[in-house]
Amino acid sequence: MPSEAYKALYAYEYERSPDQDAATPARHPVIVIGAGPIGLATAIDLAQRGQPVVLLDDNDRIGEGSRAICFSKRALEVCDRLGVADRMVEKGVTWQVGKVFLEDERVYEFDLLPEAGHKHPAFINLQQYYVEAYLVERAMELDNLEIRWRNKASGVEQTDDCARLTIDTPDGPYDVEADYVVACDGARSDMRALLGLDFLGQVFQDRFLIVDVKMHAEFPTERWFWFDPPFHKGQSTLLHKQPDDVWRIDFQLGADADPEVETREENVAPRLKAMLGDVDYSIEWVSVYTFQCMRMEKFIHDRVIFAGDAAHQVSPFGARGANSGFEDAQNLAWKLDEVLTGRAPADLLRSYALEREFAADDNIGHSTRATDFISPKNAISRVFRNATLKLAKHAPFARRMVNSGRLSVPSHYRDTPLTTPDEDMFGGTAKPGLPAPDAPLEDAAGKPVWLLDSLDPGFTVLAVTNGARPNVPEGMSLSVIGEDLHDTDGLFVQRYDARPGTLYLIRPDQYVCARFRTFDADALAQAHARAKGEHVG
Amino acid sequence: MPMRLPKPMPAQKESTLADLITETNLAEPDLAYTAIIDAHRDLDDTASAELNARLVLILANHNGDMDVLGQAIELARKGLADDTDN
Repeated sequence: MPSEAYKALYAYEYERSPDQDAATPARHPVIVIGAGPIGLATAIDLAQRGQPVVLLDDNDRIGEGSRAICFSKRALEVCDRLGVADRMVEKGVTWQVGKVFLEDERVYEFDLLPEAGHKHPAFINLQQYYVEAYLVERAMELDNLEIRWRNKASGVEQTDDCARLTIDTPDGPYDVEADYVVACDGARSDMRALLGLDFLGQVFQDRFLIVDVKMHAEFPTERWFWFDPPFHKGQSTLLHKQPDDVWRIDFQLGADADPEVETREENVAPRLKAMLGDVDYSIEWVSVYTFQCMRMEKFIHDRVIFAGDAAHQVSPFGARGANSGFEDAQNLAWKLDEVLTGRAPADLLRSYALEREFAADDNIGHSTRATDFISPKNAISRVFRNATLKLAKHAPFARRMVNSGRLSVPSHYRDTPLTTPDEDMFGGTAKPGLPAPDAPLEDAAGKPVWLLDSLDPGFTVLAVTNGARPNVPEGMSLSVIGEDLHDTDGLFVQRYDARPGTLYLIRPDQYVCARFRTFDADALAQAHARAKGEHVG
Repeated sequence: MPMRLPKPMPAQKESTLADLITETNLAEPDLAYTAIIDAHRDLDDTASAELNARLVLILANHNGDMDVLGQAIELARKGLADDTDN
């Protein structure tokens, strides 16, 4: 846990809401708890879809601190929909290459986006407070999104058709009701505690010293990870570049380190000097952490739905915390909107739990395997870990086993009930249950557009022209490649294995949910109904 | 319908599920056995443990079949832990 004072970088005002003077509790379609990145993303997405949203936060500021820094391509695609990705990419440090060293020798290297033709980079590094500040600014532009600072949910009661919250404010408590409450209140979620729900998993023993250092340095903008480096013998170190000349350094300390002692400047300085030599630096942030991989058994409890760290927590190796939280937000927002507007049965929400609980297991699996590799849990794990590292110098297969973190990519919803199984053969990288791959296209006027930008916020049919424009059923928009959009670089054809007449049905969260070689209005309507939860039993 | 975890490996040969070979598969089993013992010559316990680990990793990769590896692990654990029949 951070031991330093929580310094405010951006502060916001508490304002009294008319709900606090209401004779009977006001009723809202949806209340989101927690104005962190995931709560903000959920609230903005819902508001952009037309839902009136109340977003509560127990604080009134965005703090400095050593939190999320790596934002994935998929998170950027989600944030692009929310209107903040351009600012994130402009401010952030773009990277895609990771290098792993044993002692002072490079044993493994990965490139997270070896192909061109995507709007967003594989990763950017950016301090979490910038992301939050951009999201708050965007949220404040939306008339139907109301943020209530210093509003802390202190009680919850569930009835058949709503959740009633008691909210503490500087003016005292008030009650309010919502059809649905989305709890994005972080790893130490109050909502989880109020409902008496467990958060179970594995705590890792090793402590890690996290230092954000401001300095001018010549390291490339890559993720560098050392096992047993000469400057930090017997442990590991991770280095990442952030904007504003800030570098994130993680030193593994072992299980016995004393956080109070380790965070003293006189003890941090020699570690930095051993690693960096004689450079001028200032310390922006220092703290000692232990890591854990936890999740709730179920993400939906009647009218309360959990997302982000409140629902699942991972160790940081792989950057699967905030990034998977953004995926939660995007998965949930359109489903809640469909259900609240009566366009889909309430069962659709259960697919949020199915898909994102599955993703949580996937992310926890990756994070746990990486943490076990970095911080072996017993003597024999260490023997195998060291054997792998030594072999990696001589044998390529072992390099692929070296695990300093497998970086966040979307989980493949292989068995989701929202997907219509393929009946035709397809190649390419597009797959049902995964986000639609981006591709550079041109619009009818010859202007370059990105495929993902061209998708409707609702359901989209992407069809490849064969002369006859398909007459798609109601409730989905149509884009015809070869008429509305042009695949001038041929990358759409390659990624989607597209032929004349091929159709893809894309969900509102940009996931592929069905594809066909030939147009059949009934089949498309059935796939659409399935994607709206008809088969979620 | 609950979602399943991803399958461990996209099997290259989907038609035949490979079985671990438990019959003799070496022309000269005594020589193979001796070669393994000899590999530990001059090594202390720590180095021996590392050698064994390297061998396991090398042979697991050479085998290349997650299913066979699982069967090998099961066979190796027989009699060592409560989770297998003795």
